Amino acid sequence: MTCLVIAEHDNSSLKSATLNTVTAAAQIGGEIHLLVAGSACAAVAKSAAKITGVTKILLADAAHYAEQSPENMAALIVAHAVAYSHILAPATAAGKNIMPRVAALLDTAQISEIVAVHSPDTFVRPIYAGNVLLTVQSLDAVKVITVRATAFEATAESGQATIEHLTATADVGQSKLVSRELTQSARPELAIAKVVVSGGRGLGNSENFHRLLEPLADKLGAALGASRAAVDAGYVPNDFQVGQTGKIVAPQLYIAVGISGAIQHLAGMKDSRVIVAINKDPDSAIFQVADYGLVGDLFEIVPALTAAL
Amino acid sequence: MKVLVLVKRVVDYNVKVRVKADGSGVDIANAKMSMNPFDEIAVEEAVRLKEAGIASEVIAVSAGIANCQETLRTALALGADRAILIETDTQLQPLAIAKLLKAICAKEQPQLVLCGKQAIDDDANQTGQMLAALMNWPQATFASNVIVANGTLTVTREIDGGLETIEITLPAVVTTDLRLNEPRYATLPNIMKSKKKPLETTTPQALGVDVTPRLTTLNMAEPPKRAAGVMVADVAELVAKLRNEGVIA
Ligand SMILES: Cc1cc2nc3c(=O)[nH]c(=O)nc-3n(C[C@H](O)[C@H](O)[C@H](O)COP(=O)(O)OP(=O)(O)OC[C@H]3O[C@@H](n4cnc5c(N)ncnc54)[C@H](O)[C@@H]3O)c2cc1C
Ligand SMILES: Nc1ncnc2c1ncn2[C@@H]1O[C@H](COP(=O)(O)O)[C@@H](O)[C@H]1O
Repeated sequence: MTCLVIAEHDNSSLKSATLNTVTAAAQIGGEIHLLVAGSACAAVAKSAAKITGVTKILLADAAHYAEQSPENMAALIVAHAVAYSHILAPATAAGKNIMPRVAALLDTAQISEIVAVHSPDTFVRPIYAGNVLLTVQSLDAVKVITVRATAFEATAESGQATIEHLTATADVGQSKLVSRELTQSARPELAIAKVVVSGGRGLGNSENFHRLLEPLADKLGAALGASRAAVDAGYVPNDFQVGQTGKIVAPQLYIAVGISGAIQHLAGMKDSRVIVAINKDPDSAIFQVADYGLVGDLFEIVPALTAAL
Repeated sequence: MKVLVLVKRVVDYNVKVRVKADGSGVDIANAKMSMNPFDEIAVEEAVRLKEAGIASEVIAVSAGIANCQETLRTALALGADRAILIETDTQLQPLAIAKLLKAICAKEQPQLVLCGKQAIDDDANQTGQMLAALMNWPQATFASNVIVANGTLTVTREIDGGLETIEITLPAVVTTDLRLNEPRYATLPNIMKSKKKPLETTTPQALGVDVTPRLTTLNMAEPPKRAAGVMVADVAELVAKLRNEGVIA
């Protein structure tokens, strides 16, 4: 039994969700190899070699892996799949894009976004916006899995894996990157932040969102998040969305401001350690998951809270 | 060009589902059913392509029990030209659905398949990518903008760090994200008209596809409930509680 973990990176550094995915692989058992595919990404392979539990890095370095298009990534992974019992990737936008393609080419069912490993063939995953936990057993020879990072600790980095260079598969073409508009922020990354301050429609507009929540987030060293309503209304970019169809977060502290607590939002944050809700409506659903609820006008409470910290 | 749009019948997003006492499944016998919200967005995009003169025909496809006809009728009322139901009582998993759709694509030869990024019941986020793989077509997932021109597709995608725009060749599969468009409502005259639009039924057997599930459900359970919280009177009390929890300095 050997697991292959697909590393997520931007050709210069490894994304931390990879470390949580390795922990899930370790719980499955057997040896763990890590695939680093990219362009001019030797530095990533070198730092990945330190991940505890990984014995071998497979490095595929070629210009056409630079964007890690699902077409080229799937071709590469499938070419090496025979050696593996399990192929895992983080359940990030990138992992979700690539892995079903791999699974279909291998004629294997994918097990999406697992939150627990029961045995090498049995896994738990949330369905219905996290209202149900499904335990499934896979009958396929190769298991293709995506891993919810917040459900597994990040592994340590004290290992010493060997690096093996792979021959690149042919460029599939078909897809070309035109541009990327990445949100620039000095704040911690939303998915892994220890503290998250999230705003909803209650903020009213983009100006209020930033004027009220930025100073609070500054004081707390927090990442900013948002409900779908806040994103749809253009208060903040899409990558701020927390929820069933946005990002899954589980910080030490989650502060929900002017968010009603629809199940789709709760799906993305209810595993946070401490949840605070600030809302003027005492009956809003967010209070059902909040450890500490404060009923009142956010326009008064948020500045007072920021000042008190 | 022909556009295929995939629509799944799911428990309405407002319904909080309950697990059956024996853990064998969810109790949805009396639940309100609707078209998967991401598929409404897919239908809207397909219909707009038709209205723009880019799509020649929009075909809605659904796989599942006979009641999926209702979902297909909704797609027809929203502007699809005809519909195909792949009828089966077998519980379908994304790989099986992708194989069924591959068989439909072989017959219909669409240039573009539009589907949702995720069904809100199984939360799988797989079917579109799997279909693209089986067809050896490119894919553009999590689309928030789609432009078709000169045989290529330019798609803006929602990714973890923000947005990216890619160009892919046709034929292709596009999966929709929430901000691609705002779906219209079906008007009464269009609902009436939809009843006369063609709806063809086929089966996995007729398409020659084995839909036997690969994943076995061992159990379903409700997640552990969070311990009840407390309401605090004011900011000072909140700050004291949070200090006590050790989550703020
Ligand atoms: C397919 C699908 C997927 C979805 N995915 C997601 C998702 O991933 N994430 C997500 O968040 N949502 C998602 N949603 C949307 C979800 O159903 C809700 O519509 C959304 O979460 C509501 O956002 P909100 O709480 O900001 O807005 P609202 O529900 O409008 O709530 C605003 C809240 O602000 C409070 N408020 C207003 N003014 C003040 C004030 N001055 N002081 C204090 N409180 C105030 C109000 O009492 C209210 O509770 C999805 C929906 C669908 C159909
Ligand atoms: N049974 C089905 N019939 C038609 N389309 C489906 C079906 N299942 C999934 N799809 C399509 O695939 C998308 C993603 O579903 P999933 O991979 O199950 O999350 C959905 O939004 C639909 O567009």
